[in-house]
Amino acid sequence: MEQLVALNPYNPDILPELESYVHEQVISQMYSLDANLCLLRLYQFEPGRLNIHVVSRILVKALMALPASDFNLCMFLIPERLQLEEPFLTLATLAHFLETARFREFWDEAARNRDILEVVPGFEQAIQGYAIHVLSLTYQRLPRHVLAEAINVEGLSLDKYLDHQVKSNGWSLERVHGGQVLVVLPPNEHNHPVLKKNATDSIPLEHVAKLFPVLT
Amino acid sequence: MAYASYGGAAYDDDSYDDRPEFRDGLRDIQQQDPGYDASTHVPDVVKTFVAYLYRHIREKNVYEIHQMYEGSFQKLSERMFKQSPWPTAEAIASYVENDHVFCLLYKEMWFRHLYAKLTPTLEQRFESWDNYCNLFQVILHGNVNMQLPNQWLWDMVDEFIYQFQSFCQYRAKLKSKSDQELLLLRQYNEIWNVYGVLNYLQALIDKSMIIQILEQEKDGSVTFTATDGYDYHGGSNVLKVLGYFSIIGLLRVHCLLGDYHSGLKCLTPIDINQHGVFSTIIGCHITAIYYYGFANLMMRRYIDAIRAFNQVLLYILKTKQYHQKLPQFDQILKKNEQMYALLAICLSLCPHGKLVEENVNNQLREKYADKMQRMQRSDEALFDELFSFACPKFITPAPPNYEELINYNQQDAYRLQLKLFLSEMRQQQLISSIRSFLKLYSTISIAKLASFMELDEAGLRMALLTYKHKTHVVDYDGSILSNADVDFYIDGDMVHIADNKVTRRFGDYFVRHIIKFEEIINDLDRVQLDSV
Repeated sequence: MEQLVALNPYNPDILPELESYVHEQVISQMYSLDANLCLLRLYQFEPGRLNIHVVSRILVKALMALPASDFNLCMFLIPERLQLEEPFLTLATLAHFLETARFREFWDEAARNRDILEVVPGFEQAIQGYAIHVLSLTYQRLPRHVLAEAINVEGLSLDKYLDHQVKSNGWSLERVHGGQVLVVLPPNEHNHPVLKKNATDSIPLEHVAKLFPVLT
Repeated sequence: MAYASYGGAAYDDDSYDDRPEFRDGLRDIQQQDPGYDASTHVPDVVKTFVAYLYRHIREKNVYEIHQMYEGSFQKLSERMFKQSPWPTAEAIASYVENDHVFCLLYKEMWFRHLYAKLTPTLEQRFESWDNYCNLFQVILHGNVNMQLPNQWLWDMVDEFIYQFQSFCQYRAKLKSKSDQELLLLRQYNEIWNVYGVLNYLQALIDKSMIIQILEQEKDGSVTFTATDGYDYHGGSNVLKVLGYFSIIGLLRVHCLLGDYHSGLKCLTPIDINQHGVFSTIIGCHITAIYYYGFANLMMRRYIDAIRAFNQVLLYILKTKQYHQKLPQFDQILKKNEQMYALLAICLSLCPHGKLVEENVNNQLREKYADKMQRMQRSDEALFDELFSFACPKFITPAPPNYEELINYNQQDAYRLQLKLFLSEMRQQQLISSIRSFLKLYSTISIAKLASFMELDEAGLRMALLTYKHKTHVVDYDGSILSNADVDFYIDGDMVHIADNKVTRRFGDYFVRHIIKFEEIINDLDRVQLDSV
C-alpha cells in the first residue's frame, strides 16, 4: 500500500483502496500517516466523495499516534464546516485534553463516547502509552495516584499493571514516609538532564569536514 | 562563460543590447497610427529581440539568453509594454521560423508579463494553462535539446504555481462572475485543476530522475550541484533543473493546501542547510526556506524553523544591495518582512535567541521587540496579527459547488489554518509563565510553584506535563528531541530545574574563521599586481 501511495500521490482512482486501507489499519492495528494524509488530500480535492466514518477513524488513529502531531496534521486538511459537527467536535475536545495533559477529563469524555472510540481496537493502550511517555519525560518518581489518574487504572488492576512494569520495563516502587507510594520511572535524558549528551563542546563531523580542503 | 561580468561590457558583436533598434526602442511608440493594432503590430525592436533570443537559444548561448531574459526583456517591458501586453506569439512567429518550442517559451514570458502588469481575463487564464501544458508536454516527452538559464526555469515553476494560486482565488470570487464566466468555469473544470498542477510537478520530478541524480551525486558518480545543474557536455539542463525546482514547487503547493507533513516529505531530496542549486537563485532560495520554515512552525518544530529563517534572513541582509535592481526585489522585501514575523513567533514560543545571528537579531528587535514581549505574555491578538500577515495565501483546491454559491467562502482555507494555529497557541499559553518561574529557582516544591501560578496542585502538574509535551517533538526517526530552553524534572513533590549554564561554542566560531581566512588568502593569491 505504501508503494501504491508513493507511486500515485495525486491519483483520485486509488481513493477506494485508501478507504479500505483505513479499515485494515483499524482491524490489524497498524498505521500509516502517509496513506491517511493522501486520502484526506483526495477528499480535500473532491469534497463530494468525503466519507465521515472514514475520516473519523483516521482521526482516532491519529490520536493514538501521540505524542506525534498527526492529529493536527489531519485537522489542517479537514474542512472547518465539518469540524463543527459531531463526531469531530468530540474528537477535537479529546485531542485538546490530551495535548494539555488533562487526563482525568480525557478519560471521562472518552467514557461518554465509547461508540466512536471502541470501534478502534488498541485505543486505550495507545493513549496509556502516550500518558506514560509524557510522565517519563517529566518525572523521576511520581505519586501512585498521579499515575492512576493519567492511565485511568486503579486498585487491583493498577497493582497488576505496576507488577508488569516492574518485571519487564525497569520500573520500581518506593514507600516513603507517611505510607505514600512513589513509582520510580526508568531514567532517560529528559527526566535526568545529567544524562543528556553534552553536545556543547563537540563539533559535528560535517563542520570539521568543511575544513578538509583547507588542511590538505 | 562568466556570469560575474553580467551587466558589464562583456558583449561581443553578436550581443543584442548593442543593436541600434534597442537603443532607439521608443521610436516605435511615437509612430503609432490610428489604425494600429497593438496585439499584432510588431515593433522593430521586438522583431530583433525575438530573432536574437531565438538564435541564442538555438546556439545554447546561456549567457546571452540570460542577458536578454533578465535584462532586455525587463527593459523593453518597462519602456514599451508598461500597460499593454507584448505582441502575440502568432505575430512574432514569422521572425523565428515559426519554431514551435520557441513560441511556447515566448508565450510563457508573454503571460507572465500580462499577469504582472494587467488583469488576465478568464480566457487568458485558460490559454496560459494550455501553454504550460504544451510546454511541459514537449519537455517531458519531446527531445528538448536546449540549455536555458536556471533563473528562467525557476520562474516557470514559480509562475505556474502562482497562476494556479491566482486562479483558485479568482474562481472563489463567485459573486462578481457573469453567467457566461460561470458556464465556462463549470465546463472546463480540468483547467488549473489541482490534480493537473500536482501531477505535472510530479511528472517533471519523475521523468528528470532528479531524485536519483541527487542521490548519486553524494558518492560522486554524477555532478549536478557543482555545475549548477548546467550540462557542459552538449546535453540539456532543462528537464533536470525543472525537475529539481518542482521539488520546491511541490513543497509550496502542499503548504498552500495545509499539508505540511507531505510538503516537507517532498523536500527530503534537498538538504536545505547545505548549498545547492536552490540557493543560487534568490527567489528560489527564499521560497524554499519560507515554506520549509512555515511548515516546521506549524508542526511545532520551532528550532528547525528558527535556524532556516536565520540563515536566509542573514543572506538577504548581506546581499540586499545587489538585489535592488532585480524585478523580484519587491517580492524579496515582502517575504523578508514575513519571515521576520514568523521568526518572531518562533522565538516567542521557543526563546533560543542564541540560534539567531547578531545582525538578524538586531533587525528583529527593531521590528518586533514589543510584539514579542506581548506574545510571550500569550496575547492572542498578536499571534493572530503576525500569523495573518506572514502566512502563505492558502487555497481551497476544490471547485465551488456552483449550485449553492451561498455556502462558499473564499477565506475558508485561511480561516481554518489560523484557527488551528491559535488553538495551539492557547494550549501553550501557560508555558512562558512556567518558564519564567523555573528560571528563578534550582528547586521548588509543587505546592509553592502552584501558588505562584495561581493553580491547584493537580492543575500545576498538568501544566508541567504540557510544558514537557509541547517542548519535545518526535523526530522523523521516532526519537524525541527537546526544544526546551529551560528544562526540569519532578521528583515526587519537588521540581528540580536543570542547570542550563551554557558553555560558549568556540568550535563553530573557529571553523568559520578558518574558512574565511583561507578564502581571503586565496583571494589575495589571485590578485596579480601589474608592475607599472
